[in-house]
Amino acid sequence: MGDFDRVLAARSAERPTGLQFFSAMFSEFMELHGDRRFGDDPAIVGGIGRLNGMAVTAICTEKGRTTRDKVRRNFGSAHPEGYRKALRLMKQAEKFGRPIICLIDTSGAFCGLEAEERGQGQAIAENLLEMMTLRVPIVSVITGEGGSGGALALAVADTVWMLENGAYSVISPEGCASILWKNAAEKETAAEHLALTAEKLLPLGIIDRIIAEDEPMEQVMKKLGCLLYQEVERLRSINIDDLLEARYQRFRSMGTDKIQKGTEEL
Amino acid sequence: MLNGNIFKKALNSLEETGILRPGAKPQTPDRLYIKCDACKAMLLADELREHLYVCPKCGAHMRISARDRIHMLFDEGSFQEWDADLLATDFLHFPGYPEKLAEYREKSGEKDGVVTGLASIGGHPCAIFVMDPGFMIGSMGTVIGEKITRVFERAAQQKLPVIGFTVSGGARMQEGTTSLMQMAKVSGAVKRHSDQGGLYIAVLTDPTSGGVTASFAMEADVLMAEPGALIAFAGPRVIEQTIHKKLPAGFQRAEFLLEHGFLDKIVTRDRLRVTLKRLLGYHRQEDGSYGRL
Ligand SMILES: [Zn+2]
Repeated sequence: MGDFDRVLAARSAERPTGLQFFSAMFSEFMELHGDRRFGDDPAIVGGIGRLNGMAVTAICTEKGRTTRDKVRRNFGSAHPEGYRKALRLMKQAEKFGRPIICLIDTSGAFCGLEAEERGQGQAIAENLLEMMTLRVPIVSVITGEGGSGGALALAVADTVWMLENGAYSVISPEGCASILWKNAAEKETAAEHLALTAEKLLPLGIIDRIIAEDEPMEQVMKKLGCLLYQEVERLRSINIDDLLEARYQRFRSMGTDKIQKGTEEL
Repeated sequence: MLNGNIFKKALNSLEETGILRPGAKPQTPDRLYIKCDACKAMLLADELREHLYVCPKCGAHMRISARDRIHMLFDEGSFQEWDADLLATDFLHFPGYPEKLAEYREKSGEKDGVVTGLASIGGHPCAIFVMDPGFMIGSMGTVIGEKITRVFERAAQQKLPVIGFTVSGGARMQEGTTSLMQMAKVSGAVKRHSDQGGLYIAVLTDPTSGGVTASFAMEADVLMAEPGALIAFAGPRVIEQTIHKKLPAGFQRAEFLLEHGFLDKIVTRDRLRVTLKRLLGYHRQEDGSYGRL
């Protein structure tokens, strides 16, 4: 399976959406709406769920199932109010000491006129800044597409996992190919070199674990729920200041070992 | 509003006029004339340099190198560079990346897209980062991420304010998802400096877009921009392709962001020095520290 095939698998319409993961993993889920500033973005769903009895704040991007639902949810591409809603709910989680679980499957933050007007860049930046020091455990899982900054805005976490057929990338292979080689047909070449598969991201330290898709998705989702429960329990047992230091160092170390020191070139 | 005498006129009577030093070395030493992209006027290179690369005819703020900006803005002889020896590597074996790095190192004279260090402005010491439009339009990869992270970490340690100039076309695709992670990496360091009471002033210059806009460009305590600077998450071409519509004139320019509440101020290049000096002054404490550090 080539890396571009992995991208296609991540985008597949057959793939369960965020809310389907929630129903498989949680015994209960209550949605909480709105960013309290502008509106409620249906591309991001947030609320409180029960994971093996434990109350958690759960946030996901949601692509929608039916055509009508997909359009309403903008195919899972969020506007600034979506990221602001997520941050509001994460701060609420912090206040009440609830762990946070984020599931990510988005082609990216929406690139539109209103999104820019309302500060897409600022909304994402604020999430990166604030999530770094939220005093509760955060676990993020890339379940399908992890589209650039729009995915990272929900993935500044203590633990980041990825499903076997996910794709976490700084740019779409098509976009990369057309910018660099003026030829979208070079998307396969781009995909091979963008380091976007779970297999390539694990040794880079960008993800901490690959969730195998070796059984029917219903089982995979149930298994993910069990693993998430254990992971949250593990993170809760760590002193919060130690956890925040580890979260800082997790991202602080990204790419540092790829830099060369000195005047010798390449 | 902008015209030939902007360098002499204060914008309001409470703000003193501060003249910047003109750039020392010409950016285009071999050319006598430079054409303004905005108004198409042919400008004498020497005269343009005296005008800080702001078109004397239409006021367009042209892109300038990190070194020129440092020379124009900070106290003479005060700049001490940090981490000048960090080099990016082609760790993903990305087609054409080594050649591109070599080409831009040669063209710009820089090793990567940001210059960092310690400098002072009107006697106020500060940690600075200045991105360079001449190096892959400031595309953000591991070296930029590491250098700017170190600026905030050192500033937190040494109780210094941070002044940063952004210019970026986005993330460095040739470094894959690791380039995306630089957004979180730098943000972590910004947050630590901020939580310790550190002051961070960002000046957004043309163009600031993509991952830089969606991270440290928008995380400053005071956010300023040069007139006419394009500031975007997604660039205008991407948006036009997504929504299949032409964008209105002035969309995503600094003036548009100011109007929508995303900037504190637009500052013309000739007034940057005095504006930064005064802002630093407001934050200076009796013990010589800045902010609450
Ligand atoms: Zn002009």
